[in-house]
Amino acid sequence: MLNHNPAWRYLVVILVLLVGTLYALPNLYPEDPAIQVSATRGGEVQQDSLVLLQQRFAEDQIALKDITLQDGQLLARFFNTEDQLRARDLVSRTLGNNYVTALNMAPTTPAWLMAIGASPMNLGLDLRGGVHFLMAIDMQAAIDKQLDDLAQIFRTDLREARIRFGNIQSDTDSGTVLVQLRNADDLAAARRLISQDRDLDVSNGPVEFSLQVRMSDAKIAEIRDYALQQNITIIRNRVNEIGVAEPLVQRQGERIIVQLPGVQDTARAKEILGATATLEFRLVDDSVDLNDALAGRVPPSAQLYYDRDGRPVVLQRRIMLTGDRITGASSSFDEYGRPQVNISLDAQGGNMFSQATRDAIGRGMATVFIEYKPTDQIGPDGDPVLEKIEEVINVATIQARLGRSFRITGINNPGEAHNLALQLRAGALLAPIQIIEERTIGPSLGQENIELGQTAIMLGLAAVLVFMVLYYKAFGLVANAALVANLVLIVGIMSMIPGATLTLPGMAGIVLTVGMAVDANVLIFERIREELRDGRSVQQAIHHGYDRALSTIADANVTTLIAALILFGVGTGPIKGFAVTLMIGIITSMFTAIVGTRVLVNMIWGGRRLQKLPI
Amino acid sequence: MMIAINFNNTINFMSLKIPALILSGILVIASLGLMATKGMNWGLDFTGGTVIEVGYQRDADLSAVRSVLADAGFPDAVVQYFGSSREVLIRIGPRDDIEQVTLGEQVLRLLGDADGTVDMRRIEYVGPSVGAELKEQGGLATLAALICILIYVAFRFEWRFALGAVAALAHDVIITLGLFSLLGLEFDLTVLAAVLAVIGYSLNDTIVVCDRIREGFRRIRESAPIDVVNESLTGTMSRTIITSLTTILVLLVLFFKGGELIHGFATALLFGVVIGTYSSVYIASSMSLLLGISREDLMPPPVEKEGENTEPLL
Repeated sequence: MLNHNPAWRYLVVILVLLVGTLYALPNLYPEDPAIQVSATRGGEVQQDSLVLLQQRFAEDQIALKDITLQDGQLLARFFNTEDQLRARDLVSRTLGNNYVTALNMAPTTPAWLMAIGASPMNLGLDLRGGVHFLMAIDMQAAIDKQLDDLAQIFRTDLREARIRFGNIQSDTDSGTVLVQLRNADDLAAARRLISQDRDLDVSNGPVEFSLQVRMSDAKIAEIRDYALQQNITIIRNRVNEIGVAEPLVQRQGERIIVQLPGVQDTARAKEILGATATLEFRLVDDSVDLNDALAGRVPPSAQLYYDRDGRPVVLQRRIMLTGDRITGASSSFDEYGRPQVNISLDAQGGNMFSQATRDAIGRGMATVFIEYKPTDQIGPDGDPVLEKIEEVINVATIQARLGRSFRITGINNPGEAHNLALQLRAGALLAPIQIIEERTIGPSLGQENIELGQTAIMLGLAAVLVFMVLYYKAFGLVANAALVANLVLIVGIMSMIPGATLTLPGMAGIVLTVGMAVDANVLIFERIREELRDGRSVQQAIHHGYDRALSTIADANVTTLIAALILFGVGTGPIKGFAVTLMIGIITSMFTAIVGTRVLVNMIWGGRRLQKLPI
Repeated sequence: MMIAINFNNTINFMSLKIPALILSGILVIASLGLMATKGMNWGLDFTGGTVIEVGYQRDADLSAVRSVLADAGFPDAVVQYFGSSREVLIRIGPRDDIEQVTLGEQVLRLLGDADGTVDMRRIEYVGPSVGAELKEQGGLATLAALICILIYVAFRFEWRFALGAVAALAHDVIITLGLFSLLGLEFDLTVLAAVLAVIGYSLNDTIVVCDRIREGFRRIRESAPIDVVNESLTGTMSRTIITSLTTILVLLVLFFKGGELIHGFATALLFGVVIGTYSSVYIASSMSLLLGISREDLMPPPVEKEGENTEPLL
């Protein structure tokens, strides 16, 4: 009996190794210090900015390795970090406020590797430095606010329907609104009216002629979801302002994870994320001459504002509507294919708006975005001083009396419409957010962690390689080849999966895998030795050794996989990284240790009539 | 050179099963007792609070750092070296009266005023609610892992093996936790990950042993169960030793070279691998033996002959 490899086995092993190696390759190319420039408010960096920057870099003698414009973002690579830092200051000075400049490490993956979608592994924050926030949303506040709104809506609706009522009170503890009526007829009428809203459960109240109204579970779930979506949108917008190359904003259950690689100034990041923003709609005051206003002569009923391009506009002090009445805003196209923004208001907002616009048809209405942003100054309490920034983001002409839903047209481009919609939605936070977890890793520690991890993997690998050769001789070499292939495959697969991130515990996981991966080979080789001792021929021993060990290896690895899966399910951040490398390591090690070594063993010893094996 | 561990004669492992079970029982009870009385030194992940790690250009003066912090109203701050005498770790427990979120920056500013060369290495803040949640999740995860494994092993092998395996795993987890309690080592999320990895490793070992015992029962017909178990254990002994050795080898590398953040992780795993190897022999095997495992339980289910139970058509 001889042990030959079927053709498919060669094919599979060669294919897997080839793909694994290809995708692992990008990790070998060093990264360039780079800066990434993007325009704020969804704008795009234009070609002339690129030309301008090239000139400035040349004037300041900053050696540019490469500069490209892609997807409206500019990426400039440099030869060293010194130039990178000088370039950042230069870019900020040259381009001004409407652009965000972020420091970045740009991979230098060659084009032919990029063409097959290969890219280096994502490094976790513990390896490259940065801030990680976990934010919780105060859902109770969102629900309480909705209850208060509900009470307000009942008052308006009952009054309009001429149903007399006593007290209408929202009770946030029990999550109900109590409506007190005068008599049985009013009670029945009120019940009919309120029951029209399917999201409400109406029952008899504790006292006579009263109704108890509760929001349905579906409605509450909807409020929670909206609050979450709204916060994610707002945070995404703000993160872009901080100027981070590859920020991550992700939902985790009802919480939000924010990761800002490379950010060191956590105080500023926190303030920007936590900044409060509101929106106001005001009428344009045409009675005031703009030149008078610029000269400082503004009547007490009006106020001078500027839009984002610095153009002045005088608005009435009276507020038509505040942003907390907005329940939705989205961008779309009108019948002529021009971009527009659709806005919907809550019931009360609709009434208010209808009143306010009735006598204002044909006049200009401005949307004012008000935000509190941190400044570089530090106040007496140690927190940065907040600066109130008011900006007119849109002026539209009122075409008709507006109600609960209306639209703003005459917007320049779809990008701007999209952004206006975002800002409108962000105008009034339904629920405040709070940072409940923060992890900041300095750049020096990150670099140190990478080096520690690499040393540990190399030393661990070397120790096992030496041990295996000493103990199993030629077969040890075969196991070692499998072990190295296993490491390449882990790196390749980690680079292939977009969501996989290498963390410090992840590196520990790789080290552990190196130690445990030889187990499969140990099992097989021990079996072969045993079979030889039992007097079987060399070829039979190889054959039985592999076959018998297979189910043991499978069972042992599946159970470890279960533990790793559970770890992945409950773990967060770095722990997930550990679980991922462990899982990948288990799977790849099974492949290399069983299929991979068998190819080698059969190739070397399988085709010959031997009396002894070097095992 | 031929270094081979040969076990030509069957070793009577099971002769020690009663003393081993008593020893394990004592260790488990002692560990539980320690956890109940001394408690665990829960890390930041579970208690909530703030940890600040800073680096100095030269050796840091801990008492100076302490006095700076005490003057600023943090007398309860725990200040210690971390890894080297140039790195300092400051722990401040959760408090109601201050804004925890900005505490890290505040401390950093204080230290920066006292010594301009101070370098921020790491700030971690965990809210108290998150800590409590993580503790609960961690416990649940461990429990879920044990239950899933119980089901898998019961399904693939036999319920006696499953009980033995899970008893061995619980034994490993409890004694590892006991060690952390005894030595007052910090128990954080990475250590929890290590404990789950210990479960994975110990199980690996247990499965290999169980697999061999099952095979032994099927192969060796005329032997008492105890002899079959002994022979199977002897058969897997060289594998057990070699795999443990390679794993311990890499763990030693992690322990000495992996840095301060991985230290607890490596400690838990090193200890767990040793205890896991022991438990797969003396807990998993002897438990299933005590539960009365026998040859009949492990024979492959008889293959029904086609048409055996059907009535003849004619």
